[in-house]
Amino acid sequence: MKKMINNINLSEPLFKPVAKKLLIKNGTVIDAYAEKEFESDILIINGVIEKIAQSIKAEKGCEVIDAKGMYISAGFFDMHVHLREPGYEQAENIVSGTNAAMSGGITGLAAMANTTPCVDNKFILKDIQSRSKELLVTVHQIPAVTIKREGKVLAEMTELAENGALAFSDDGNGIQSSETMKGALEYAKMFGTPILVHPEDHSFTEGVMNESFTSTELGMSYIPAIAESINIARDIEIARYVDGKVHFQHVSAKESVELIRKAKKEKLKITCEVTPHHFSLTDDKVRTFSTDYKMNPPLRTQEDVDAIHKALKDGIIDVIATDHAPHPSEKKNVEFDFAPFGVLGLETMFSAGITYLVKPKKLSLMEFLKKITVNPRKILNLEPDLLKKGRTAEITIFDQNKKWKVDRRKLKSLSLNTCFHDDTHYGKVLYTINNGKIFKA
Amino acid sequence: MDDRLGDKQLLKIKHLLGIKGMCKEDLDLILKTSVSFKQILDTPNKKVAALKGITVVNMFFENSTRTKISFEMAEKRLSADVLNFAASSSSLKKGETLIDTAKNIEAMKIDMVVMRHSTPGAHKMLMDNLDSIIINAGDGAHEHPTQAILDLMTIVEHIPDLKGKRVTLVGDIVHSRVAMSNIHALKIFGAKVQVCGPSTLMPRDIEKMGVEVIYDLNEAIENSDVMNILRIQLERHVGASFPSLREYHNYWGITNEKLARAKNDILILHPGPMNRGVEIDDDVADGDHQVILDQVLNGVASRMAVLYLLSANIGGAK
Ligand SMILES: [Zn+2]
Repeated sequence: MKKMINNINLSEPLFKPVAKKLLIKNGTVIDAYAEKEFESDILIINGVIEKIAQSIKAEKGCEVIDAKGMYISAGFFDMHVHLREPGYEQAENIVSGTNAAMSGGITGLAAMANTTPCVDNKFILKDIQSRSKELLVTVHQIPAVTIKREGKVLAEMTELAENGALAFSDDGNGIQSSETMKGALEYAKMFGTPILVHPEDHSFTEGVMNESFTSTELGMSYIPAIAESINIARDIEIARYVDGKVHFQHVSAKESVELIRKAKKEKLKITCEVTPHHFSLTDDKVRTFSTDYKMNPPLRTQEDVDAIHKALKDGIIDVIATDHAPHPSEKKNVEFDFAPFGVLGLETMFSAGITYLVKPKKLSLMEFLKKITVNPRKILNLEPDLLKKGRTAEITIFDQNKKWKVDRRKLKSLSLNTCFHDDTHYGKVLYTINNGKIFKA
Repeated sequence: MDDRLGDKQLLKIKHLLGIKGMCKEDLDLILKTSVSFKQILDTPNKKVAALKGITVVNMFFENSTRTKISFEMAEKRLSADVLNFAASSSSLKKGETLIDTAKNIEAMKIDMVVMRHSTPGAHKMLMDNLDSIIINAGDGAHEHPTQAILDLMTIVEHIPDLKGKRVTLVGDIVHSRVAMSNIHALKIFGAKVQVCGPSTLMPRDIEKMGVEVIYDLNEAIENSDVMNILRIQLERHVGASFPSLREYHNYWGITNEKLARAKNDILILHPGPMNRGVEIDDDVADGDHQVILDQVLNGVASRMAVLYLLSANIGGAK
């Protein structure tokens, strides 16, 4: 586990209070909600947007950020994060995880419930909420659908919803019982929150990588794509039957994408996300035997990646979310079969999107930003229109063209398990502002 | 240096992790050297001093009797100092890591590591973390290169030119490192490779390795020059993979009756240990076509060759 970089303690917050008056000058505002891009300055007073206009004069005592050549966007949102607190603090904690988030331009995130203890009741939810206060990044803790994420008994969802739950998820486990899934979807309808589904049929023998020619040659145990799509097909049926709201997490297979495409044509209340690693990499990476490429769902084939690119473009995939899953190096630096699933994501979500989607023209910058700002907030019933007078300044400033080399030792996460180590990425976040706080890269 | 051995030639590989990616010249050199060692094994003085002063550790994280004995025999015939380390793979999950275990052993000044492990690619971890020469004695269902070499040696003794000859691997292809290494080796030597068994034991897209898939054993027997019968792991499969051992034996077990339709000089190999009455019948296992005990002797000779040739890199593997 990494504790320090350059004498910075990674378990201490890395933000500062934002200046009383802050003027962002000479930049280009890119507003994915209004779908507009324009040259403008932004004046922030006491952490709140005071004015968005051209050529605002810097008053006395006003701090100025010269954003020439930079974009100013609504803060990014990652709706799939494992912060590991409580229970696995040697991998990450709320402070280190949110440090990583803001260094990736993320101002809001949804944390999954697979902590120890599991977030399946109000008391643990409130405890985590109280630990996540006073941070730059707004942490939305997502409680489990079922007690201990066992897929059997529903958590006290009404009370959890009343206490701020924006959605529910047993992430890490697929809900195996169709009856439980039906019950959860029907019950959640009362408060309009979606169920975030980790789609996996666990009746397949446990594997460590995608079933493909690569697993054949490597002799590795495998997870077929249908382990995911079967579960998605079932939940689409249930969602139609009960008129429920389902969001599919980390969709990885072309079969899944096609099922969701059909369901969306029917106008069912179905949304989905893809992770940066699933739109960037294929299972060919496993040939290195590096456990940096062991994740669940596993990396799939080029055909799947192509289908994901098309579905992103067509709007079938609504959201890009990281499934940020830190693991300490002593857990990852073992034989492939024995290593836990999961990779880091927060600090490379934006740059992976620029590098693998925007640069190769799979998506426009606007389309990409929509999937990391507007859409996740809409799905979780949060306000998606951030760039307006009177709202808390929740802003990310970035340089789209800046090149940098991903170095696992320099990431703010306590863990090292990035699948992009040593890759050259485009797109660098320079400032992240939220909740009256600012982070400068 | 034993004067029964000629000048030592150098392999292009520094470690033996798998057959995939090896060149024909390396395999030819190993086969040629294996033949020399086999001749030495046929003389009263079976021992050579080739690895005197060299320490080899056999690390076996999976049960294995044959491969381990074969390596140990090869090492002793070469006069190496031999250290044996056995543990279950599951012990690695709980206790000391593989890297720590291996580094601890290496700290006692060893030169070569022979390892059997349940996880594909475990040997690459060793190679990345140790200075020793690494030899793969089987990693999961990935590769078992010395088995492929001894199989090749055995086949070539009867069929010197494999070009265009059809070799069929029968049985559990999906869980078989022997199958994978054999396919790579046989393709390098120009053989036509065929895999035969129930469809549930054929891994996905296996055809992309350039092999033909055939389900009907009778047809395979008719068109094959060589059949390599893989072991069925009794405990593993009955269930979703196939209905029963009875059905397996009826349709994919090699019997003399089925062999009646084979070419007269068909060769039958089995890497052992055999399940008599399941994948192979007694009368075939002890019959005229089998070369199973030749495989065992060739196993020692070819492992001697591998150890001997790779030892040239000791001290400079990186
Ligand atoms: Zn998940």
